[in-house]
Amino acid sequence: MSDWQPSASLDMLKKRARLLAKLRVFFADKDILEVQTPVLSQSGNTDPSIESFLLHEHEDAKHRIQPYFLNTSPEFAMKRMLAAGYGSMYQITPVFRQDEISPKHNPEFTLLEWYRIDFDHHALMGEMNALIRMMAEDLLPLERSQFYSYQDAMIKFAEVDPFTISNNDLKQAAVKAGIDVVGIEDNDSVDVRDQWLDILMCQVVEKNMPKNCPVFIYDYPASQAALAKIKKGSQGTHDVAERFELYINGIELANGFHELSDAVEQADRFHQEQLKRQASGQQGIPADHHLIDALKNGLPDCAGVAIGLERLLMVLTGAQHIDEVLAFPYERA
Amino acid sequence: MATYSTSEFKNGLKLMIDGSPCSITENELVKPGKGQAFNRVKLRNLKTGRVVEKTFKSGESVEAADVMETDLQYLYADGEAWYFMDPNTFEQVGADETAVGENIKWLKEQDMCEVTLWNDVPIAITPPNFVILEVTETDPGLRGDTSGGGGKPATCSTGAVVRVPLFIEEGEMIKVDTRTGEYVGREKK
Repeated sequence: MSDWQPSASLDMLKKRARLLAKLRVFFADKDILEVQTPVLSQSGNTDPSIESFLLHEHEDAKHRIQPYFLNTSPEFAMKRMLAAGYGSMYQITPVFRQDEISPKHNPEFTLLEWYRIDFDHHALMGEMNALIRMMAEDLLPLERSQFYSYQDAMIKFAEVDPFTISNNDLKQAAVKAGIDVVGIEDNDSVDVRDQWLDILMCQVVEKNMPKNCPVFIYDYPASQAALAKIKKGSQGTHDVAERFELYINGIELANGFHELSDAVEQADRFHQEQLKRQASGQQGIPADHHLIDALKNGLPDCAGVAIGLERLLMVLTGAQHIDEVLAFPYERA
Repeated sequence: MATYSTSEFKNGLKLMIDGSPCSITENELVKPGKGQAFNRVKLRNLKTGRVVEKTFKSGESVEAADVMETDLQYLYADGEAWYFMDPNTFEQVGADETAVGENIKWLKEQDMCEVTLWNDVPIAITPPNFVILEVTETDPGLRGDTSGGGGKPATCSTGAVVRVPLFIEEGEMIKVDTRTGEYVGREKK
């Protein structure tokens, strides 16, 4: 096949168009506003596991020379609108993440992101489930959805208790599963723990999930909170991040939060991420002060979720490579 | 010492893994949306041919293997080594039995072979896809049978045993596909 040609078939692009049309109907029926926020932003994403594209204006540009980041997610801009009192909203937008190329990754992909005022992550999982099942109609017959806490999912599918097991035993569990890992340090730090947990999640739990069944996993270790609220553990329970993910056929489709609204804690998380980036020699990223200001003003209690639409289309159509659902993948863009 | 970072990983890249030179045959990014990225890599050990799977934390660097693939002409064997020559420089290298391995049976003098050199020492030999060999031993064929069905074993000048049609006789030249070990056709002498 020649490089000028689209990699997705016309039939696939019709399915994609129909999916987008159905999504808009789903949200219109609930009277949720569709918004569009800028793709270019003066602040980037400090998350050390995500690399932003950085753009520089032409030297002759009339404006002062200001580097702009391509969005890795529309999250911060949408939260600023939530803080301004604009209510529940959704957005369908391209996002950009450097270096992410694989059969399931393209550096430019499409996110559907939405926020619901007065929802927690459980309420949003319920709505996400309804949406997924509606999108799957006439494409993929789905089994009854399953919901597991992160702890239960790890115990059921990887036979480890993520809250009590030692780092060394996590390593042994990976070895037992035939996974030979290079580069994870040998210590008891939380970072090392999370790396082993990620290994088990991506290479064991995902593989052992039931087929054609939406699997929701919620209440992550507090160290994997990202932008979620943390629920303090009471007697006998651990702190958990009020975060959830959706998987179908072992493919990670969506990530949602009961959104962190504490400006001080958000600023601290940005700072911690910046320190990690610095320690590992990564590109420095200015934190989004607009978001901090918005949180200071007050973010209404809300939950938000983002789902990768190319991944969703892959799962619903059985496509094995993301190129099958993209008009033009990165190499042909 | 040259190294490669996981972001440079691609098929065919040569790396040192557990003391052996290996070539990447598959490289997949494994990355949760929020969390550490890894490269899940399949590597073929260039000495043994065995494939291993490893998961590298993204950002790790791995020592490069000084491996070169070069076309050399097979000259002769002296019982201990098999000698190959660069037809341009006339430089010769000797490959030991481990490097030659099972391909010993396809080595015919003057043929060009792909020789894999690690630190300038041959570690693997790939014979040409097709070789033309003389049949030195086979049962007498049935005259008139040209169907090619059935077949019989024939021993070739290099020691290879190939399944050939019944009409092939001793002293004839045959063309063989070294990748499958199958008879392809009869060649004029």
